[in-house]
Formats: sequence, C-alpha cells, structure tokens
Amino acid sequence: MEAMKIGLVRYIGKRLFLSLFVLFGLSILIFTLSRVIPGDPARLALGPMAPQFAVDQLREKLHLNDPLWVQYVIWLSNALHGDFGDSIVTKRPVIQDIIQFFPATFELVIFSTVISVILSLVIGSISGRRANSWFDNVFRLFSYIGIAVPTFVWAVLALFVFVFWFKLLPTMGQLSTTIAAPPTITGMMGVDALLTGNWTAFVDHFEHLILPGFAMAIGTIAQEARILRSGFIENNKKDYITAAVTYGIPENDITFKYLMKPSIIPMISVMGMDIAASMGGSFIIETIFNWPGFGKYGLWAMLNKDLNAIIASVMILGFFFAMANIIVDLIISYIDPRIKMTEKGT
Amino acid sequence: MTSKKVAFLSDESKRSIRISWIKFSSNIFSVIGLSSVVLVIFLAIFAPWVAPYPQSWAKWVDFTNTLKPPSLSHLFGTDQFGRDILSRIFFGFRYDLSMAVTILILVVPLGVLLGLIAGYYMGSLIDTVIMRITDIFLAVPSLVLALVICSLLGPSLFNSMVAVSVLWWPWYTRLAYGITTSLKNEYFVQSAELTGASTSHILFREILPNCISPIFTKMTLDVGWVILIGSTLSFVGLGAQEPIPALGTMVASGTQYMPNYWWLTIFPALAIAFTILGFNLLGDGLRDLFAVEEI
Repeated sequence: MEAMKIGLVRYIGKRLFLSLFVLFGLSILIFTLSRVIPGDPARLALGPMAPQFAVDQLREKLHLNDPLWVQYVIWLSNALHGDFGDSIVTKRPVIQDIIQFFPATFELVIFSTVISVILSLVIGSISGRRANSWFDNVFRLFSYIGIAVPTFVWAVLALFVFVFWFKLLPTMGQLSTTIAAPPTITGMMGVDALLTGNWTAFVDHFEHLILPGFAMAIGTIAQEARILRSGFIENNKKDYITAAVTYGIPENDITFKYLMKPSIIPMISVMGMDIAASMGGSFIIETIFNWPGFGKYGLWAMLNKDLNAIIASVMILGFFFAMANIIVDLIISYIDPRIKMTEKGT
Repeated sequence: MTSKKVAFLSDESKRSIRISWIKFSSNIFSVIGLSSVVLVIFLAIFAPWVAPYPQSWAKWVDFTNTLKPPSLSHLFGTDQFGRDILSRIFFGFRYDLSMAVTILILVVPLGVLLGLIAGYYMGSLIDTVIMRITDIFLAVPSLVLALVICSLLGPSLFNSMVAVSVLWWPWYTRLAYGITTSLKNEYFVQSAELTGASTSHILFREILPNCISPIFTKMTLDVGWVILIGSTLSFVGLGAQEPIPALGTMVASGTQYMPNYWWLTIFPALAIAFTILGFNLLGDGLRDLFAVEEI
C-alpha cells in the first residue's frame, strides 16, 4: 500500500513535469508564430491611422526591437507572474478578460459533459447488452451521423428546428432580456441564480443552456457510447460472465456489477480528450449562440488579430487539456489498479 | 522477371481481391460509404459539366432569381445573388475535396517518415525529440490550433490549408511510430539488419510496407476530418472567403438569411454532413477489412 502511494506520487510528478514541458513547447510555438507573421504587432494594436512615432514608441515599450528570444523570455517571465499583456480590443489586461469570461464556458462545458456522460452510459449499455437489436441499429446510425456532422452544423440545425421552427427554446445569450441577471458571485450564472435563490432566472438561464449544451455534447455522446458498446460486447465473451450467467445471477447485476467496470475504462480514457475538445468546440458554439464565454472571446481575438489574447487563450486551453488528461488517468488507475502507473509514460 | 508475373494481376491476387470485395460489400454501411464517396468525387471532378448552372460558382448576379425557394428549375433554391445552390454545392465539393487531398499529400509522407525514424531509433535522442514535438502539437485541440494559425496568417483558402497541414502530421508520426516500434524486433527486420541491409532499405522496404494499410485507412477517415476542420474554418470566417463556394462559407453566409430562407444554410450543411459521413463509413469499412487496430 505504502509502495503504491509512492508510485502514485512519482507518477503524478512525472506527468506534471511532462505537461509543463509540453506547455513550454506550446508557448514557444505560439509565441514564435505570433511574431514571425507579416505585420507589425504595434501597428496592429494602434490601427492604420496612428502616427509613426507612436508606433515606434509602442515598439520600444513592447520590446519588439529586441531579438526574438529576448522577447520570448520577457513574455515568459511576465506570463509566469500572471501577466499576459493587454488586449488590443478590450484595452484591458488579457488575464482579467479571461477570468471574467471563463466561468460561463466552464458552466457550459460541465453541463454538456454531464449530459454526454449520462446519455452515453444509457445508450452505450443498452446497445452493448442488446447488440444488433433495433435500438442498437438506430443508435449505430445516430453515432455515425453524430461523429460525421460538424459542431457548427448541429448548432445551426438546432437553432433552425427548435428556435425558428417550433419556437420551443430561446434564441441567444444566457438570459432573456426581460429578466434581471443575478449578481455575479461565481460567474456561472446558473450557480449564481441558485445561490441567490432567484428561481425565475435559474429556469430561464437553464433554457438558454440546453441548445448549446446539446450541440456541444452530441459528437461526444456518439463517440463515448460507441466505445462503451464495444467494451460491453468484448467483455460479454469473457469466461467470468459466462460463469455468472450459469450461476443464475440476475441480468441487471451482471450488467452493472460485472460488465460495467471493465467496459467503462476505455470510455473514461477518452473523456479527458473529449472535455478538452468541448472547450475547443466552445469557440464555435459560443459564437453561434452568442454565449459570453472564453470561446467567444478567443474567436473574437482571432478575428481581430489580438495577439496577446490569442496566445493567452491557447495557453489556458493547453493547461486545461493537460489537467483533464492527468485527472482522467488518475480516475482510471483508481478504478483499475492493475494498470501500472509507472509504465504508462506519456 | 518470370513469365508468371508479366500478367497485370495473377490469378492469386485476382482471387484475393474478390474475397476482399465480398468481405467489404457484406457490410451495408461500407457500401453506402463507398457509393457516396464515389458520387462526391465524381461531382467534384465534373462539376462544370454536371452543374445545372455552372456560372453560379463565382461572382455572378441574377437579380430576377434571388432567394428563390427550392423548385424544379432550382432544386435547392437560389441564394441572395440568384446563384443556384445545387451548382454551388457541386463546386463546394471540389474545393473541400481538393483541400483535403492537398493537405494529406503534403502531410502524410513527412509524418510517416518522422514516425519511422523515431520508431526505429526508439530510446535514442532523435526519438525523444521527434515524439516530444508531436506532443506539443497535440497539446491543444487541433481545431483551435488551426483557428489560431489561420488568424495569424490571415484568412484565406491557402492559409487554411497551411494551418491544417502544420498540425496534422503528428497523427501520422504517432501511427507510424507505433507500428515501427512493434515491428523492429521482428525476425524479418533483424535478419535484414544481420545481412547488412542499409537503414533506408530496412525503413522503406521492410517496415513501411507493413504501415501501408493502416495509413491508407487513416487517410480515408482523415479526408472527412480535414473537411470538417476546413469547413469550420471557413464557417467562422478564417478559411476560404466569398465568393469561393466552399461549403462552410456557404453555410456561414446563409445564416444571415436563416429563418425564412432556410435553403441557403440547410442544403450546404447537409452536403458537408453527407461528404464526411461517406468518408467515415468507407474508412470504417476499410479498417474492418484490413483488421487495423492502431487507429
């Protein structure tokens, strides 16, 4: 037991070190890209009408006349202190913008993850247990379509069907204009509304959450349920399941006690990737649904060539990607202790 | 060369092709995939001749026919400039497919070569360097990296191809790396080493042929993924720009006319879905056929 704990600590340490290395490399990559592109960042920041001397002053202030590696070192030491520079669009520190916009995205991603986990568990286990039944065939068709159709197409179709056609759900944003927003406590509006006991705002906000949440979840559901399904089918052939069946153990017990655990591991191992991919998807979803979050901010920065904001957004995203993968690996090693943590290098 | 090999296909290989075809065609999904891929490629190549209104592909205005709903003369309706949506979709296949093919032609040889080298010299410095660099490229979702590179280079069709190429090679490096490391201790590689074969002979003649079917399968699947990313780029305005009829651009410019003139958006969106679905189904069929497990 003690040895295992040490193994776990060493494993986490190794993973953290590798992630740091990857983030370091990512920062070099993005920083270099942002500096070697045609166009002067100072000119971009001030606009085409600014006088030359102002541009020269800003170049000096931003260290743009120094060699690239000096610029990088200055950027890195600032970034490590939490200073990613100012946004040229909002004229505020980038980190302040991201702190303001991030909770909305976090709420959306958590919501879509909850939907996708529940639905893929239900769909995956039914079609795994009843392989080649009509349910399974319908699901297989759905999963092919779910994976093949891009997120933005889902979002546009969802808007068309539920908003314009059936007029079931609200169009855009986080809250109807007729309802006063709850005070900002966590930044996640649903949580804030609950904390202040503002039930109308919560319900209205939840209605706004449904479409973007599902548009984000649909590809994930298709993928995760498919993985769970094949896990069920594979494990169903194992001897211990045949033994359990011959002992007359009830089918529900077999499904949930004996089949679920080994089958769910491959699904969890892609979940880390999927959560991070949802955050990437939020760049598109939030723009379409006008959701004031990190993704909309990031895409907005890209469309305006807001270099500091672009670099910071990518680094934050890389950080969450790395964290999600480490957490997922820890969950897996908890569920299945046979997986030796020291051997799974990267 | 013996006389037996002169024939284009020996009886043996004819037989194995027939068996593969029977295996492949027994899965209805694979056949649907193959047919839709063939259809899309055909429409893309012959777009100027098949399209009912070939002039619709570029800047073209016909004020008498703007925003017409689907009818017999315009099956998918017309857009705000009076251009035929169906014809533009055919040309859209052209742009999206040529983008995917160009990217894969650029990316696959490089990615595979790096994977072969890193895998063959497993544990050495060169392995560490190559594989850690792939980690960096895979550290953020590919879509976001593509968005970033496109925004930095400036939005255009060409730059979106550059962006996707820059971030796509690591997948092939990983694939080739996985196969190479599992094969390098096999007897046929070791005996080639013992007989003094050169490194390039071992890499390209002994190991590479074993990578062909997984790589080919992955390429088929990736045509779908590249079209997905490319259409997303053009949808947000960071890829191909108007009046190029890329499918994503068409969806994006149609959303402004959304509730009433739905055909501007829905048909290009369905065309994207149809193309990606076709390549995915075909790829899955090939994966089953070759019994590839790595992807």
